[in-house]
Amino acid sequence: MISLNNFLSAKSSSNSASKGAVLPFVMLLFVATLLCALGNALFEAGSLFYVSTYTITLLGKYLCYALLALAVDIIWGYCGILSLGHGAFFALGGYAMGMYLMRQIGDRGVYGNAQLPDFMVFLDWQQLPWYWQGFDQFWFALVMVALIPGLLAFVFGWLAFRSRVTGVYLSIMTQALTYALLLAFFRNEMGFGGNNGLTDFKDILGFSLQADSTRIGLLIVTAVMVAIALLASQMILKSRMGKVIIAIRDTEARARFLGYRTDKYKVWLFVYSAIIAAVAGALYVPQVGIINPGEFSPLNSIEIVVWVAIGGRGTLVGAIVGALLVNYAKTRFTAIMPEVWLFALGGLFVLVTLFLPKGLVGLVADLKLKYQRSTTDQQQGLNL
Amino acid sequence: MNILAGVAELRHRDQVWSFMQEDVPVDISHQVILYVEGLNLSFDGFKALNDLNLYINDGELRCLIGANGAGKTTLMDVITGKTQCDSGSVYFGQSHNLLTRDEAQIAQLGIGRKFQKPTVFEALSVFDNLELSLKSNKSVLATLFAKLSTEQSDRILQVLETIGLKAQSAMLAGSLSHGQKQWLEIGMLLVSDPRLLLIDEPVAGMTAEEGERTAELLTSLAGERTVIVVEHDMEFVRSIARTVTVLHQGSVLAEGSMDQIQNNQAVIDVYLGEGQ
Repeated sequence: MISLNNFLSAKSSSNSASKGAVLPFVMLLFVATLLCALGNALFEAGSLFYVSTYTITLLGKYLCYALLALAVDIIWGYCGILSLGHGAFFALGGYAMGMYLMRQIGDRGVYGNAQLPDFMVFLDWQQLPWYWQGFDQFWFALVMVALIPGLLAFVFGWLAFRSRVTGVYLSIMTQALTYALLLAFFRNEMGFGGNNGLTDFKDILGFSLQADSTRIGLLIVTAVMVAIALLASQMILKSRMGKVIIAIRDTEARARFLGYRTDKYKVWLFVYSAIIAAVAGALYVPQVGIINPGEFSPLNSIEIVVWVAIGGRGTLVGAIVGALLVNYAKTRFTAIMPEVWLFALGGLFVLVTLFLPKGLVGLVADLKLKYQRSTTDQQQGLNL
Repeated sequence: MNILAGVAELRHRDQVWSFMQEDVPVDISHQVILYVEGLNLSFDGFKALNDLNLYINDGELRCLIGANGAGKTTLMDVITGKTQCDSGSVYFGQSHNLLTRDEAQIAQLGIGRKFQKPTVFEALSVFDNLELSLKSNKSVLATLFAKLSTEQSDRILQVLETIGLKAQSAMLAGSLSHGQKQWLEIGMLLVSDPRLLLIDEPVAGMTAEEGERTAELLTSLAGERTVIVVEHDMEFVRSIARTVTVLHQGSVLAEGSMDQIQNNQAVIDVYLGEGQ
């Protein structure tokens, strides 16, 4: 009987931190999204329940960041691969979507050229480059959103993980990857709008991007994608494959000696994570209205890691909470004291690393455990 | 080129085609399960292994002893594919060349290894540790959709019983004591049903009583499986060993029963000589 009790309590304490929280969180996410959408659609400005379109767009943007943080958490928190270049996959997904939106402009551009985007006319190009072909189709753009970053992640991961590059070296390589792409996309000859990137979008699938209803639609789609990614990731990490991934994080050599090809596990997880990041980028671009090489900046990728650390790595919900909180704080702080923000972020990172190694979600789980312990102690005291 | 060679190979009907060799059973028709011949390995001029020859019979329990730096752990590293040797050959049965395979492939052939320092997956439960060690399809897709069958969970429960960790089944492996981790790691080997077990210092950090139980377990394994144990604890070696191999400076110094070894002049010279 005692052993059975041990069995149950140990099980619940080890699982409560990450696994139990996903479903309630998805519910909460849907309810919040729906309330905001209704608040914007049904109420007039000035009403207590009114949610401005600006807020809707802001929330959509935060959710894209949350999705991106989830992607980093999957490989960093569960497999120990610290990627400092996930912004690259985010930006590539964004560019693929941006190319579709660019083609949707048609002859409504400044130069009125139905065949070529404005920046190409400006550069005096005569025809559309081959790699822009097909992007007038939405489905094609969607395929590319997943395919290009997925392929890049596969090639990069295959080379790195097969050669058993790990730790700091791998992090530096991912950082170099995103920096190289940053430099490449800055060049006008690349055909992605150079310094200015892609912007001036008009509509998506025939819906005007300026319309409130489109904004609400995009927010809802983003929330749904966050939910899907969360549930899919939870499913993967709960399966035996997920256990192997945690095993690789703890002691990769041991996993190898048990007969697991750890490099393959890492490559596929990396590809999965890259695709999630790319989807986040693709959702981000229509809501923000611009994609430029700045998104490849190494600084961006490092910021994602900070969100995950603050929220709690290795807890799927933690990454999302971290991204939402930090970005909300960023919006607030940069409005009040822009010059202090980076210091505050850096300080927060140091504090969290020192005092909250499991992040905010870990803190909540610890407190809950302590509370449970104290109540069971009391009960036992009463029984005696 | 590869394809051409493969096609050419098809003409030799009398040979086993290499692309089909995955499922070739371990050939032990000569009673020897592990052939180690002429193994050489040097690290920056230091000869860790020096023309080492070793034959292990099927079902044998063999102890490897030797001073620090004699090459015991290095030998295990080469057998399990962790380290590449400079020259020599290592065959598992008569048909499996281990030197051309990586750690995962060697493990899938049925060679299990226990490290010197207990190495378990600390963030997973004891049960999960054993689940991952099961003999099963270990490809990415297969593990994604893997379900624990009744046979498998029975097998895990059986091993939990053997290693005495049944009550700790759901505990995180990281919260076990040192000795319990040693046992868990041995359990991880057992559950994978290996043909050959390489066990590096199994009783380090165990109490005398735990050590005795380990000795019992290892002796009971021999016969059905082949076990190679590296150990410093001479008392322990005496309690389990039938054949002992003494390594010295990367090659075999002596081989025989414990009594023979203790009376072997070369062994006495090396060990007493070092002691003085």
